[in-house]
Amino acid sequence: MAAVILLSTRGLSRHFGGLRAVENVDFDLPEGEIRALIGPNGAGKTTFVSMLCGRIPASNGQITFAGRDVTRMPAHKRVQMGIAYTFQITSIFDALSVRENVELSVQRCLGADRGQLAAASDALLERVGLLDRAEQVAADMAYGHQRLLEIAMGLGQRPRLLILDEPTQGLSDGEIADFIRLIREVARDTTVLLIEHNIDVVMALAQKITVMNFGAIIAEGTPEEIHANEVVQAAYLGG
Amino acid sequence: MSRALTFHIGAIIVLAVLQFILPVYHSGNLARIMVLAVYAMGYNVMFGYTGLLSLGHAMFFAVGMYGAGLSIRLFDMAAAPAFGIGIIASILFSLGVGLLALRTIGVAFMIVTLMFSQAIYLLILYFNPLTRGDEGFVIPQAVRQVAGFDLSDPTTRYFAALLLFAIALLGMVWLVRSRTGRVLVAIRENEERARMLGYDSWAHKLFAVVLSGTMAGAAGAAYGLLFGSVGASFAEVPFSILPLLYVLLGGPGTVIGPFVGTLFMFYLRDISSSFTDAHLLVAGIVLVLLTMYARRGIMGVVRERWAKWLP
Repeated sequence: MAAVILLSTRGLSRHFGGLRAVENVDFDLPEGEIRALIGPNGAGKTTFVSMLCGRIPASNGQITFAGRDVTRMPAHKRVQMGIAYTFQITSIFDALSVRENVELSVQRCLGADRGQLAAASDALLERVGLLDRAEQVAADMAYGHQRLLEIAMGLGQRPRLLILDEPTQGLSDGEIADFIRLIREVARDTTVLLIEHNIDVVMALAQKITVMNFGAIIAEGTPEEIHANEVVQAAYLGG
Repeated sequence: MSRALTFHIGAIIVLAVLQFILPVYHSGNLARIMVLAVYAMGYNVMFGYTGLLSLGHAMFFAVGMYGAGLSIRLFDMAAAPAFGIGIIASILFSLGVGLLALRTIGVAFMIVTLMFSQAIYLLILYFNPLTRGDEGFVIPQAVRQVAGFDLSDPTTRYFAALLLFAIALLGMVWLVRSRTGRVLVAIRENEERARMLGYDSWAHKLFAVVLSGTMAGAAGAAYGLLFGSVGASFAEVPFSILPLLYVLLGGPGTVIGPFVGTLFMFYLRDISSSFTDAHLLVAGIVLVLLTMYARRGIMGVVRERWAKWLP
């Protein structure tokens, strides 16, 4: 059975002045896959996924999601279609409680029924291990816990595509193990695109890996193929 | 019934009872304070809940006031339909202002609202033959009648003000706990995150401007009808700053805060002016103290320390 392509880009580019942050990227992501996106710092990974979710407009090219051209669609509409994005730099509602943060992520799908919202939020908080902190003000939590809250808010939207931008940054080893378990569970009914620097996480989760450097895709393949790829090693070692 | 709803209904009942207890002078003040509090509550929708700082709210108050006032002066309308015209004018005007001003953010938004407000003030002066400019005009007592009630009668006036205040207050309690209200707070806290949760932040901000402007306009129309005077001073810059002060004092992002702030400022001025001409200095000092020691305003501090459930 050929996998259905959930997301694809053709000739996708983003220029900042003279800087070609992303240049002519053709990318296909089949439904149900966990795909890792890796590459050295400044390779254009965050810029690329920011165009996918609509945070920044594309300079050129086309994005198709679930069979629709979403290139010019505003971000909130893409999110409504099922693209969820968790930020690289933690972005939560600082002054609100942890539970209120998650409630805001689930209420779009669930409506405003208080009891239902609280139940759904608590279930999510339990999944990421933050239930005992539900009443705490989000900004007062440790950085690692804020990252977990971001992930809970991503899941709360019940997305078809979950984009995680360096989710394990700042997490402890124990939390990373929990995170890997959580994403495997999520991936049963969600496609995951993961930007990640921690190579152990990538190897544990990804079915395929896409490698970017200087704004372009330089390699794509299974973890084993990427591991053995000379171009990739050169990019990372600066050779 | 939730604690929050009980508390706000309780406040309305207390205000109703006060009319029978207070001396005429103070109940007259309180009627004025309640109308101004509706103005401040409207301001709070934008500033306290959505995080939009307007420096030109007097334009909304004035559009409501002149919408009602000119309908009476030029077209001999009765009070009730004139009030309706004031509201409709406020809705349309705030929609227009929102569509234009929301193209900007931050400081630019503040300046755009300030400039629009100046334009309204200057228009009122420019059309002097219609509006009687600076001098303003009086709405005669004979017109200030609704369904057999004489709005110039102190008791009737008090309860008319209370009715408007109660609608606004309970409406706010409902709004801030609704889905839309929570999204407004989300936009205030982190607009980009709200957008990336799939909320149309622009449409929500436009809603906040229209609701805020319409509440200010309703307060303006009611002020003209209840107190009988319509004047350009209600469109001037200082009158735009007042609701900001009321809300800052009372507690931005609290439902009852704007009323508390209005009450506090009104009596601060009233009491201090009885023993000094420098009542503005007293107001200034109190404001400095509040921003130093109670940044969240009076009700903000109450909520933080004693009543976390306060919406």
